[in-house]
Amino acid sequence: MAGGIKKFVVGSFDDEKVLFPAVKNVRKAGYKIHDVYTPFPVHGLDHAMGIRETSLHTAGFIFGITGTTTALTGIGWIFTRDWPLNFGGKPHFDLPAWIPITFELTVLFSAVGMVLTFCYLCNLAPFIKKHHFHPRATDDLFVMAIECTDKTNDAEVQAFLQNAGAQEVNVQEVETGWWIGTYDRTQKLYKEEKGY
Amino acid sequence: MDHQFQLPGSYKKWTYGLIGVGVLALLYGLIMYHPFAHAGHGENVNSTRFWAVLLQNSVYFLLTVNAVMFFICVTTMAMGGWVVAFRRVSEAISTAVPLLGIITFIILLSLVFGHRTDIYHWLDKDAVAADKILNGKKGFLSPTFFIVWSFITIFLWWFLGKKMRSMSLESDKHGTMDYETGKKWIWNNTIWASLFTVVFTLTVASTIPWLWLMSIDPHWYSTMYSWYTFASTFVSGIALITIFVIYLKNRGELEFVNKEHLHDLGKFMFAFSIFWTYLWFAQYMLIWYSNQPEETKYFIERIGTASKTGPFKGIFFLNLIINFVAPILILMTKGSKRNWTLMTFMSILIIFGHWLDFYQMVMPGTLHEHAEMMPFEFGVPCLFIGLIMWSTGNYLSKHSMLAKNNPFMKESMIHHT
Repeated sequence: MAGGIKKFVVGSFDDEKVLFPAVKNVRKAGYKIHDVYTPFPVHGLDHAMGIRETSLHTAGFIFGITGTTTALTGIGWIFTRDWPLNFGGKPHFDLPAWIPITFELTVLFSAVGMVLTFCYLCNLAPFIKKHHFHPRATDDLFVMAIECTDKTNDAEVQAFLQNAGAQEVNVQEVETGWWIGTYDRTQKLYKEEKGY
Repeated sequence: MDHQFQLPGSYKKWTYGLIGVGVLALLYGLIMYHPFAHAGHGENVNSTRFWAVLLQNSVYFLLTVNAVMFFICVTTMAMGGWVVAFRRVSEAISTAVPLLGIITFIILLSLVFGHRTDIYHWLDKDAVAADKILNGKKGFLSPTFFIVWSFITIFLWWFLGKKMRSMSLESDKHGTMDYETGKKWIWNNTIWASLFTVVFTLTVASTIPWLWLMSIDPHWYSTMYSWYTFASTFVSGIALITIFVIYLKNRGELEFVNKEHLHDLGKFMFAFSIFWTYLWFAQYMLIWYSNQPEETKYFIERIGTASKTGPFKGIFFLNLIINFVAPILILMTKGSKRNWTLMTFMSILIIFGHWLDFYQMVMPGTLHEHAEMMPFEFGVPCLFIGLIMWSTGNYLSKHSMLAKNNPFMKESMIHHT
């Protein structure tokens, strides 16, 4: 879902130790951080950026409960109403025997559900395209994108980032959300990029 | 920084109070329940009750404090550095092993030499000779093997646990370790921890629950039994550590323990409650499904049959609610595992729950429908809790609260889940 064209000031950092105070200062100055792209998961960065706790686990719980309910109602209906069978003289409603299946379905539902939810939240799918602010964000740079509003003076933000220790600063006007299809501009090969 | 802990008066008051209550209960039992009366089959119910209660409590609390040493050893072997901030607390709790070990051993000796066939049916030589199944187990369930192996076990728990503690205390005397010294120290710790774990596997995770508890129902056996007992005591051991950590934190000690450590203790409590349930279920379901008379006997004595309710049905399912339903629902969220009050409540609940679990492991085979839940049953555990508190407080007030030269100290200080 394309989120419209927006303007961003993008700063790249090459050191975690510089990045953390920079994130703090940018937030303190009142600028809106769109996102920080890092080559690897950085411990505590989400906390520094002030992102709220994920609710993925709540989704996981709901998926799990759905699995439990599905298994119990499913097996319950089959073995007591639809097609009651006699297994070794056990009652038709034999809960202990159902527990393993119930457990498996709980795990299956919550696992698959959480993976799909995670992909949805991160906009991950084979056919989905997103703008990359800097190709080296997957390699060795920490890339911070600051969203500009009408009132933002981007020259000031650029200077701010430079002061905060950014190696490279630029302004990009790009699509914010994800979209289905191709990139507008043909992408340069990685080895043609600056800094290769 | 001074890490010396002064035992507050209230702690001592509670310790001696609990010991006092326990001793009173014990004296009451000694006078009223005629513990040395003949151990006939159901003739002297009160006499049986006295020994069954002692067996339940001594074994439960001994295995629980021993599980705390096991916790130290596994975290040492796994290089789990986060526990170092409260390492001395776990060490302190594990000092109760020799004390409770001696008490347990005396009780076991009394059972064997007092010829308590009402507790251990296999002590009855004539019955064993006439019984094909018991005759087959004669080598294992014999007084000699029982006593020798119990002795070796308790001795090794004490000896190896003491070694682990002394290495930790030794590190206080010298300054901060350099890389090579630290590496060597960790290696020595790992060796002794592994030895403890091997002994632990051969005892708690296999033979000891068979001998001390499963042999109450000598015809019956379950391959899950020892693991089940282990899970039960391990989770109560973690709960015991948590209670002491929270108490000391409340007193302004343990400056490096924070919510991150509490969170991980909570995870252990949560995980091992589920593990316990898994074993509970695996034991129950297979026996229920295969429906062999010699196996189902164990559960019929507890929950009864479709036509006749067993005397332990309530406790049996209450056990499952306290030890499974409550932890899984209450400890599931991150917030509850980081909440000091809720964690205190859950620790107490879990220790009580697994005490109840041991109750329903010991009583049905010994007292059948005559089991009681009276002040005597609640008084005796007070003695053991008091002794654990006494032993723990003793160690904590004698030694530094902080294992400051442990090479993993920094890792524990900056621990982040």
